[in-house]
Amino acid sequence: MNILNLFIIVPVLTVCGIMLTKDLKQSRLVSAIGMGVQLILAFVLVYLYLSERSAGNTETMLFMYDALWFPALNIHYALGVDGISVAMIALTGIVVFAGIFASWKMEYLPREFFISLIVLATGVYGFFISIDLFTMFLFYELAVIPMYILIGIWGTGPKEYSAMKLTLMLMAGSAMLMVGILGIYFFSAPAGSPLTFNIMEISKITIPIEMQRFLFPFTFVGFGILGALFPFHTWSPDGHASAPTAVSMLHAGVLMKLGGYGVFRIAIFLMPQAAQEQAWIFLILTSISVVYGAFSAIVQTDLKYINAYSSVSHCGLVLFAILMMNQTAMNGAIIQMISHGLMTALFFALIGMIYGRTHTRLINEMGGLMKVIPFLGVVYVIAGLASLGLPGFSGFVAEMTIFVGAFQHVDVFHRVVTIVAASSIVITAVYILRVVGILLFGPIKNPHFLELTDAKWYERISTISLVLAITAIGTAPWWLSNMINYSLAPIVERLSTIQVTGLF
Amino acid sequence: MADYTYTLLIPLIPLFVFLLLGLTGHKMKPLVSGLIGSTGLGISAILSYATAFKYFIGSHVAGTGYASIKGFEVSWLHLTDKLTIHLGVLIDPISVMMLVVITTVSLMVHIYSIGYMKGDPGFYRFFSFLSLFSFSMLGLVLATNIFQMYIFWELVGVSSFLLIGYYYEKPSAVAASKKAFIVTRFADLGFLIGILMLSFNTGTFDFQTLTDPNGPAIASAGGAAFMGMSVLTWSLIFIFIGGAGKSAMFPFHIWLPDAMEGPTPVSALIHAATMVVAGVYLVARLFPVYALGAPDALMVVAWVGGFSSIFAAVIACTQTDIKRVLAFSTMSQIGYMMLSLGVSGYGGEEGLGFMASNFHLFTHAMFKALLFLGAGAVIHAVHTNEIGGMGNLRKHLPITHITFLIACITIAGIPPFSAFFSKDEILVAAFHNNKLLFAIEYIVAGLTAFYMFRLYYGIFWGKNTKYDHTPHESPLVMTIPLMILAFGSVFAGFIPFHSLVTSDGLPFESKIDWLIAIPSVLIGVLGIVVATVMYKKENPLPDKVAGTFKHLYKWAYHKFYWDEIYLFVTRKIIYRYISEPIAWFDRHVIDATMNGVAGIVQYTSYAIKGFQSGRLQQYAFVFVSGTVVLVLIFVYLV
Amino acid sequence: MIQNIPLSYFLVISTLMFFIGIYGFLTRRNLITMLMSIELILNSVNINFVAFNRYLYPQQLQGHFFMLIVIAVAAAESAVAIAIIINIYRNFKSVDVENVDEMKY
Repeated sequence: MNILNLFIIVPVLTVCGIMLTKDLKQSRLVSAIGMGVQLILAFVLVYLYLSERSAGNTETMLFMYDALWFPALNIHYALGVDGISVAMIALTGIVVFAGIFASWKMEYLPREFFISLIVLATGVYGFFISIDLFTMFLFYELAVIPMYILIGIWGTGPKEYSAMKLTLMLMAGSAMLMVGILGIYFFSAPAGSPLTFNIMEISKITIPIEMQRFLFPFTFVGFGILGALFPFHTWSPDGHASAPTAVSMLHAGVLMKLGGYGVFRIAIFLMPQAAQEQAWIFLILTSISVVYGAFSAIVQTDLKYINAYSSVSHCGLVLFAILMMNQTAMNGAIIQMISHGLMTALFFALIGMIYGRTHTRLINEMGGLMKVIPFLGVVYVIAGLASLGLPGFSGFVAEMTIFVGAFQHVDVFHRVVTIVAASSIVITAVYILRVVGILLFGPIKNPHFLELTDAKWYERISTISLVLAITAIGTAPWWLSNMINYSLAPIVERLSTIQVTGLF
Repeated sequence: MADYTYTLLIPLIPLFVFLLLGLTGHKMKPLVSGLIGSTGLGISAILSYATAFKYFIGSHVAGTGYASIKGFEVSWLHLTDKLTIHLGVLIDPISVMMLVVITTVSLMVHIYSIGYMKGDPGFYRFFSFLSLFSFSMLGLVLATNIFQMYIFWELVGVSSFLLIGYYYEKPSAVAASKKAFIVTRFADLGFLIGILMLSFNTGTFDFQTLTDPNGPAIASAGGAAFMGMSVLTWSLIFIFIGGAGKSAMFPFHIWLPDAMEGPTPVSALIHAATMVVAGVYLVARLFPVYALGAPDALMVVAWVGGFSSIFAAVIACTQTDIKRVLAFSTMSQIGYMMLSLGVSGYGGEEGLGFMASNFHLFTHAMFKALLFLGAGAVIHAVHTNEIGGMGNLRKHLPITHITFLIACITIAGIPPFSAFFSKDEILVAAFHNNKLLFAIEYIVAGLTAFYMFRLYYGIFWGKNTKYDHTPHESPLVMTIPLMILAFGSVFAGFIPFHSLVTSDGLPFESKIDWLIAIPSVLIGVLGIVVATVMYKKENPLPDKVAGTFKHLYKWAYHKFYWDEIYLFVTRKIIYRYISEPIAWFDRHVIDATMNGVAGIVQYTSYAIKGFQSGRLQQYAFVFVSGTVVLVLIFVYLV
Repeated sequence: MIQNIPLSYFLVISTLMFFIGIYGFLTRRNLITMLMSIELILNSVNINFVAFNRYLYPQQLQGHFFMLIVIAVAAAESAVAIAIIINIYRNFKSVDVENVDEMKY
């Protein structure tokens, strides 16, 4: 039994198990066990992957599994992982696990909630382990559609509007993706050979450059909409704000990384020439994303909106780094995906916990909470410091790798956009400290808050697991960095063999 | 080559104490946490002294200079094939000197705080943050490469943030800590850009490689030029911007006076003796590159230092809050240190400025920490920071009085106290390099003596007897550090820095240049005399002087309105004219476009749905006409 | 063989009947009248069949047979349509076709 298949089977079994349960207590227990098993599986996968590599296995993708699905169109159910996928799977494992514990008190329709959540997780896992374009797209849709149900039913505020906007915009992205993927498919083999959806095989040939020029924007923007590319990011603030806690955690933490991962695995990998030619347009857009998101976050008054704009800013940095297309910057992009996934999951978990106590998300109505709920306050400060890139936490490692990598380009354009993106460290500090100052420090605004209770055991599990992960990457980054570097080598090699007379 | 791996313990012990106190401190009795913190620092201090002894005396071969040694290094993060971030320990004259300074002052502050912070509910938190700061600062000075220094630079910034905002329920403290962090972060952006430019031009982060006089870094100075200065010069200027932010040089100085919101021991440790000299240390660390590769950048350093010096000195003459006076005094003295580095050359006698800068850093740490801790003792006794609420305290606080007076005499540059030696060397170096800078610093020396004695007389003399309860002398745990620091202030001048800490590691002859020394002492004495005349007894002279220089006085009192400018830029410009429009744009233009798309779809749908009218005859009509059209097409067109 | 009456005369008549029937179906309000128009259409088709049979294939009888089938179907369809009209009358108390417009957006 291929270990990768387990990543699909375990969640499906969990869903079946939940369907047999009766109430909140049982369903959350089953979910916790299921996702706990999945988390352990993820770590086992990391361990197995590292031992395979140290045993000398130098294939690009490990643990491959292939089953023919639709013979007429040559669609396979093809699985395989490399260092980057393994890292993303580990991230998903941790975030989903923390998300289950953050939803421990979901009173309304708990079974359906957990089922939808786990279906979403299945889609995400599937996306990371597949290497066949069609299968990837299938899992991508599987991950996006439950968002509508989750936000529309269990959300707060203008939930129907947010759910509709989010789903429709992401669907528009999927539509563009469909164009891109089909386009790639039809040019996936030289004339005469059978067409294929398999990424590894498509990467061996070069798609004609005229088609690349057309398909690359479609694919990039299709994934970019999910990765919060300016100006298609507006589903994010409302979506995150209206979603329930665990859904925000999963969405900002993992789903938005599908966009970055997709750009990396499909757009850049399969169409490198067009990527090099057109990178400058998207570099401008992504560097605007980074600064724009940060500036918008400064004036927000709702905790979730602040975090949503922060996510726009950080995810923009991921796309920015991928577009730099050299080893260091792409390494930084992947570390940033993992780091931001953990940090934003932590933030949303904390916001959910605070909201559950104070029943307001407006920072002006709260104040001085550090004295009343010290554990949550301290963890919030830690999350904030990690988010603004303090050394010792993963954000610093990611951002510095990105900036050094981006600065490797010697031309003026790349260096100027790098400096623009780097200025985000100041703006991020401004809005993070603003929130921390208003929310946690200062005198206590509302005397009712004096009776708030601090974190319960399940909340502590949720937050501490994320803090530990962030600190582990921050203090011992070489593990992650080397693992990713190894898997980046073939991709970088492919990028360097092409000569393009681009604009810059 | 002697083994210095044990020096790893020097920063790691405070880190361990931070974690220990942070996680379990709330379960301990306060005194225990204070003792744990102090013991940890004590061990680090002993190890630092041992290292200093071993490096400067023990393993030193007479006649040769002091080389820099890498005690320990491990690869932390591999970035590109040439650039890797390492973590390690670098032992050389300035880092060993800083080890002694940091651990000594930190230990004094720890002991003092056991008394000062007694009764405060967050006692263990205070000590854990103090240890965090000590760890960060020690890591900064021991850094082997510029990125490691940047890492600890940020950590020092966070420690400062946490300590300034220690009284987090006070809105002013929260605002001050935010301001400090954001202003220094802005400077850190410059630092980062400088690091990127420097490392890509020279191909390394490592200090030993960068500062090698015959190495590749300095040779690349002749490389690509941009707007008249080489890339190397530009990168060093950016790096200096980072240093200027941490060292509160103009125009990044605005955070320092507000940082006085933190408890006084914090001000003593961070904002007088250690963190604020980080910028000076940075320039000193990269000094060979500055001096040999980018003399233009050194000019910038010198002038920024000189200007900050006189700017701060003028403001200090008008302030009424003890800690603010001392804060501006710090800024002024750091200006001295920067200027000294700026006018220095490299190698032997040329490097007098370098030596003097580090010498002054050392002595300044002693007497400035002493001044702050003494001020803390005064504030502790009378419960106010304002000079107006004090007076006549020499009877009530004898030990504080004597030590404070010693510090004031030191800072005025009166021999044989330590600052005379260090300041004199700076003035000599300035005189030989740039007469205008020398003149500025000469005037500042006089002003320094003046405002310090103004402060002294305001606190300890005068006839004020209107105290709610009699002020009492501080307990021994607070006065012993004062006495130790006073001892250091007096005798530190006799340390032969010219043979220990020099720009190229080799000793050189140094003698007192009486041509400069005598006038500098005289202007110090003049400042003391003027202050005595104006402030020793109550008289209308100060008000008359203030009245004569009405505008200058008003401007200086309001710190030349730089805080207002900062508030204007952040509130009005960034908040109102950049962020709010962006947020508005996002919600009302981009979002409106998306909503507009949805609206168009809805409108079209409404328009089309008329086809499904439910009326049978309409359906039939459409059916028939469609058929007719098709028939016509097939008959005539196909 | 009806001498001297060209085929086109019959076709013209049936076309006229066809379009009169369609016009009647599309514009009449009374359901019974619409039913009568449908009968017109069907009868026009019948005339077409018989005319073509007689003029083009006089030896064969397929056209006549088909005409008989159409008449039978028309009768059956009238019966069903009357039944529907009666039910509509019972629901709406009138046989106006404008009332039958519930199956819409």
